[in-house]
Amino acid sequence: MPVFPVPDFMPALPEMFLGVAALALLLLGVHQGDRAAREIAWLSVGALVVDMALVLAPLASHGPAREVSFYGMFVTDGFGGYAKLLVLAGSALSLVIALSYNDRQGLARPEFATLVLLGTVGMLLMISANDLISLYLGLELQSLALYVLASFARDSERSTEAGLKYFVLGALASGMLLYGASMVYGFAGTTNFDVMGKLFANGGTVPVGLVIGIVFIAVGLAFKCSAVPFHMWTPDVYEGAPTPITAFFSIAPKTAAIVLFVRVMVGPFGGLVAEWRQIIWFISAASMILGSFAAINQRSVKRLMAYSSIGHAGYALIGLAAGNAAGVRGVLVYMAIYVVMNAGTFAFILSMRRDGHMIEEIADLAGLSRTRPGLALAVGIFMFSMAGIPPMAGFFAKVYVFLAAIDTGLPSLYVLAVIGVLSSVVGAYYYLRIVKLMYFDEPAPAFDRPAGRELQAVLVLTAFVVLFFFVYPGFIVDGADAAAAALFAG
Amino acid sequence: MTSHILSLVTFLPLAGVVAILCLRGADADVARNARWIALYVSLADLAVAIGVWALFDPSRGDFQMVEEARWLPGFNIAYRVGIDGLSVFFVLLSSFLTPICIVSAWTAVQNRVREYMIAFLVLETMMVGTFCALDLFMFYMFFEGTLIPMFLIIGIWGGSRRVYSAFKFFLYTLLGSVLMLLALIAVYYTTGSSDIRVALDFAFPPAMQIWLWLAFFASFAVKMPMWPVHTWLPDAHVEAPTAGSVILAGVLLKMGGYGFIRFSLPMFPLASETLTPFVFTLSVVAIIYTSLVALAQDDMKKVIAYSSVAHMGIVTTGIFTVTSEGLQGAMIQMLSHGVVSAALFLVVGVVYDRLHTHEIARFGGLANNMPKYAAVFMFFMLASIGLPGTSGFVGEFLSLIGAFQVNTWVAFLATTGMILSACYMLYLYRRIIFGVFVHDDARAMLDLSPREVAIFAPVIVVALWMGIYPASFLRPIQPSVANLIEHVQASERAHAALLAAATQR
Repeated sequence: MPVFPVPDFMPALPEMFLGVAALALLLLGVHQGDRAAREIAWLSVGALVVDMALVLAPLASHGPAREVSFYGMFVTDGFGGYAKLLVLAGSALSLVIALSYNDRQGLARPEFATLVLLGTVGMLLMISANDLISLYLGLELQSLALYVLASFARDSERSTEAGLKYFVLGALASGMLLYGASMVYGFAGTTNFDVMGKLFANGGTVPVGLVIGIVFIAVGLAFKCSAVPFHMWTPDVYEGAPTPITAFFSIAPKTAAIVLFVRVMVGPFGGLVAEWRQIIWFISAASMILGSFAAINQRSVKRLMAYSSIGHAGYALIGLAAGNAAGVRGVLVYMAIYVVMNAGTFAFILSMRRDGHMIEEIADLAGLSRTRPGLALAVGIFMFSMAGIPPMAGFFAKVYVFLAAIDTGLPSLYVLAVIGVLSSVVGAYYYLRIVKLMYFDEPAPAFDRPAGRELQAVLVLTAFVVLFFFVYPGFIVDGADAAAAALFAG
Repeated sequence: MTSHILSLVTFLPLAGVVAILCLRGADADVARNARWIALYVSLADLAVAIGVWALFDPSRGDFQMVEEARWLPGFNIAYRVGIDGLSVFFVLLSSFLTPICIVSAWTAVQNRVREYMIAFLVLETMMVGTFCALDLFMFYMFFEGTLIPMFLIIGIWGGSRRVYSAFKFFLYTLLGSVLMLLALIAVYYTTGSSDIRVALDFAFPPAMQIWLWLAFFASFAVKMPMWPVHTWLPDAHVEAPTAGSVILAGVLLKMGGYGFIRFSLPMFPLASETLTPFVFTLSVVAIIYTSLVALAQDDMKKVIAYSSVAHMGIVTTGIFTVTSEGLQGAMIQMLSHGVVSAALFLVVGVVYDRLHTHEIARFGGLANNMPKYAAVFMFFMLASIGLPGTSGFVGEFLSLIGAFQVNTWVAFLATTGMILSACYMLYLYRRIIFGVFVHDDARAMLDLSPREVAIFAPVIVVALWMGIYPASFLRPIQPSVANLIEHVQASERAHAALLAAATQR
């Protein structure tokens, strides 16, 4: 019998595969240089797709069974599986829509794709974290890749500034998270989520130090999913980073961070829901309100999308504030639809090009319905969807979280739902403003074409999903249902 | 056997949308083909709607032609459609007005014809779906879905202040509706189902009824619109293109009244009883105040818009009397207003197409050069006032009889609205049609073209039919209204018994 038992590696197969793939592609990139950037990007997309199959295979063969390995550090369950699929799909879409932009802007370098892959490995680890240590490891692996990506356009002042800002604030948030983790460890005597879950299962009297620890962990996580009041970095980083990176930021890491938020709050601290619900309540309400009001006066599309993503984090967190299985399902449905909407919208932003230059002003969209009717139609669908107008997918995303909030029967969550719907009306204003520019105003000079085949493919695909989601909602919701149930069964 | 006729009548216009999207070629060809496709599809939909009416059994008060299918997973939310006496005519009204709108825009709309036709066909699906829906969430989806095409119709093809009006229309109605969404969710969790039939029979606790009633009221009162949340309507009407105004006045406003009859009254009878004085007050203020405002307008469309608010005040009065006469009157009044005010906007559209203004002062003396027009205008003006023999009379008279049984003061004040409506409509008519020519371009206008006559003829027939022989419309409505009143009274009795038992103990 070995002194040091070898853990079962199989549950971590997707993470290991992706890590190895990233390193192999890095080697290939070093060997081949910049001319192989496009091939490496496509290979990375391939790796992500294979990884989706690796995540899906165990889910399909023996259900969303919960498995803990690596000495309790690492958990695979239906909840994680669903979230991983979302993150992998988001990363793959971000890589695809980045291709033509990178070629034109001279950013076609092989490390782009490998950094995205490494960041994705970090996200998968975050999602599967079952211990404060593995949580931190995953989070940092993700963040380090993202810091570099934010300043990927090394010759651009704005991009390097964005990277530095993100790094400084991100490091601060990581520090707070670590401090919170140490407090929790001090009062719980363990870093393992399962043990903590059992320890706090009955609630009872909670030491103040533990609450402080939870607060600091929540601060760190709120920073990562850009929720108010830790959102300040978002508009600057979103605006400064190269647009495909912004797309990536708003899709994959955001999903991973919100999923991690759910895992940490519902898992180890599930018994203390009464303690942390008010924190989430405030974060959610503040994000929705700020996200809708601050976006009104934005002139840059990327800043607008930053505030929009802050608002969406607020809506998704309503589900977490509900703290029940319906709420978690709401979060997962919300994030799934959000990934699709955002991928589509950024595919559009990446095709905004005039006279060979990228344009980012909202005013440049004027009269798009005359010059590019197909493009305008797709953007119109995304905007109505983000505003939550039926029958677009975004409406159902909101309905699922509101359903969960009302289901709790708590007055505080009724209030949160009312704040949610009212700020969605404010939010509708700025989404409609884009529709107004495209459809009601006189045309500005037309965009360059072609925008790139893969961009068009992503646009058509995402617009189709968003528009026809209502016909068969089961394909997103059934999975989320099982995933949420898996989290609460464990 | 389940028939799929309601799904057909709801989604048939979308087939037209697909066909129009597939059109290729020169702009002029695409525009011409889009018009014809839209016309044929909407006429086919009208035929199906008439089929629905023919298949409808007027002796039954429950839902007919019900279809159900699994929809939202994880919840008891399904695709459910069905109609009863309260909704069958609204389906008919929506599909009756859509082809008229399409024909009315035949020459008036020259830019982006393809998008215009698509918007109207999508709008038709949303409207018909709203009235067919038997599931709370489906109802909401269609109800809100109307905002998107209407927003585009006002914003793209509207007048000079179209952007402001489109936003005001959208955000006002959205604000009202989102609160209803939360109430719908609360209803869903209380009853365990989003089936409207289940919710209708469910006895909600009295304290909860008030909140839910208010949330529904927020949505329907804005849509209706009731004073003081009516201010979006004049703006939207003035800026909307003719056909947009027609649909807005003809069908979209009716969704508010339909909502009151379908949801507020039967689901929350106790809250309705408690808040009836509140509704009566708002209705009476609306009738008198907006009639006076209508007198002072110098824009044709604004006069008709304010008259709509006043007429809707009579509808809400009729609904909340909860008498057989009042409810039937409100239903007929809504249908009549749907036909007559729609026609009045078409009447305005005729001169707008020629002179591109609806300012009253630009016209005058039109009886001389447009005699046919003057006759048509007079007919609809009198129908709007409620002259006996026209549809408007039946609706207003029944509503006021209902009001008289419940509260004579309300009846008295509401009746002044009829007098005032005669004032502003006759005054409008005098300024437009009689008098002498002031402007040469008004003198040069041609009388109604055959196309325009073809638009007005069916509307006149329907308005007369409803006025002279209303029984064919009242008969299908009656069993449903009787059911509704019986249900409301039963729950009031049950509540009173409960209270009595509580005080005895």
